[in-house]
Amino acid sequence: MRRQHRNYMILDIVAVILAVAIFASPFYFVLLNSVKNRQEASLMNLELPEKILLAENYTEVIQEQNYMVIRAFFNSAIITIGALLILVIICSMGGYVLQRRAGKGMTFLNLLFLSGLMLPPSILPTIWVMQTIGIYRSKFGMILVEVALTIPFTIMLYRGFIYSIPREIEEAAFVDGCGPLRMYLQIVFPLLKPVSATVIVLNAVSIFNDFVNPLYFLPGAKNATIQLTLYNFMGQYLSSWNLLFANVLLITIPPFVLFIFFNKRIVAGMVAGAVKG
Amino acid sequence: MKKSVYSIWFVVPVLLVFGVLFVLPTLISFFFSTQVWTISDFRFVGLQNFVTFFTEYSLRIGIKNTLIYAVLTSGLKVIFGLLLGVLLTAPLLRSKNFVRSVIFFPNLVSTVAVGITFSSLMHPTKGLFNSFLALLGIKGPDWLGNPDIALFSVVATDVWKGVGVATIIYIAGIQAIDRTYYEAASIDGASGTQKFFQITLPLCRPAMNSVIILSFIGGLRTFDLIWTMTKGGPGFATDTMASIVYKQYAAGFYGLSTAGNVVMFLLIAVIAFPLQRFLISREVDT
Repeated sequence: MRRQHRNYMILDIVAVILAVAIFASPFYFVLLNSVKNRQEASLMNLELPEKILLAENYTEVIQEQNYMVIRAFFNSAIITIGALLILVIICSMGGYVLQRRAGKGMTFLNLLFLSGLMLPPSILPTIWVMQTIGIYRSKFGMILVEVALTIPFTIMLYRGFIYSIPREIEEAAFVDGCGPLRMYLQIVFPLLKPVSATVIVLNAVSIFNDFVNPLYFLPGAKNATIQLTLYNFMGQYLSSWNLLFANVLLITIPPFVLFIFFNKRIVAGMVAGAVKG
Repeated sequence: MKKSVYSIWFVVPVLLVFGVLFVLPTLISFFFSTQVWTISDFRFVGLQNFVTFFTEYSLRIGIKNTLIYAVLTSGLKVIFGLLLGVLLTAPLLRSKNFVRSVIFFPNLVSTVAVGITFSSLMHPTKGLFNSFLALLGIKGPDWLGNPDIALFSVVATDVWKGVGVATIIYIAGIQAIDRTYYEAASIDGASGTQKFFQITLPLCRPAMNSVIILSFIGGLRTFDLIWTMTKGGPGFATDTMASIVYKQYAAGFYGLSTAGNVVMFLLIAVIAFPLQRFLISREVDT
């Protein structure tokens, strides 16, 4: 028994060292090089800088192109928050009725939403539709596209959760004369708080990190999201890796903060999504 | 209880957004893929776009690369995820929560940020990978500049970023296995290896199937990482379906781009759906 304990201790130490070396060291590399000066950073090594330029580099990145990063953060925040608000409202309503009602029509709709988990969106026809209704290149249009593409996953999470809520509560309310809208607003929606939190955290990360969709549906500098500005910086700053790395680090902070606070919820939500899909 | 409590109107908003911005574009993509479509107008050419796709080298290679990418990334995630999952469910391991968090976190980082970081780590002369290899006396390759290995370098980065998700799915699957199986096997004198092959492996099949399907579809649709690390280059060595769709769009060949989208759609429909059916049919009942 004692020998087994010692073996596990060694396994513990090896696991931690390997995990940090393989999965965490790239972040240390980025942090270290983001506080170096231009020449030092261009060497891309792990040596300590002569002088730590934390404030200098990060101020320079933020002030670049008339506070481009701040504006891009703001755009990303608006798109993320807007999309989350719409998603939580329409998917909790839709998922609730899709789970509770039976019938051929509902089965078809459920399959339709599920197919969206796998099939790729058709980019150019989507642009064509957006141009036709006049929402292409607008933040509002971008929000709706993000909503449309995360609906399948969100509906699935809501349906799975609603399945676990006993109908008796709703039946009791119905007997007391509760109408559909009040039933949803006062009884069902409050019960959905845990899954709504999961939906918000998971989709916040994926929408904030989305690069492809803003690239297609939100071209132009005015509405650029933070991922697009980082991508553009990559082209412009090939000679100043320190600033590029500072930018990489700034963009990693929001998901990192979410991860610190909602680690368990993110993991549980992803597992639920994966297993049911 | 009357159906009217579950008003059908509740489904309308979500169906409207999904229908207009996902289902409708998918349906009309089949029409536009048969057109020569530019900014100003479109003209019917039948299946010409698809013929172009399968005859022109720069487009055809995308199908091959996409399949290689999807098979390799999902295969590696299935294997590494399983090993990590087994390690991190070992009862006496005290560091498992920390290790799991460290492995999982890269998944939440933006792909553009990961792409930039690994492009610099893979720099042919100054990058850390080759500096490290030089210490061992090995001359490292040009990870992203050599057409023979560039695709595999991006695959490796993708696995680094995504293996955490595979790991947590396996952990959930392994934890759901009834402990009494292991106890019974221990009493019968089964070794650790026997327990792994006779109990863990068959009973975590549902988790493994989720990992296969999720990472395979993710691989077929991949774009961000390819685009930030190589832009499909050198030459067309790392072009995938999604990067070709973007390139044709940027060049103004909208019909061809949409045809690429349809090819991607069919690839997923023809491979992923039957694959999922097949995998689920082979799950064992417990």
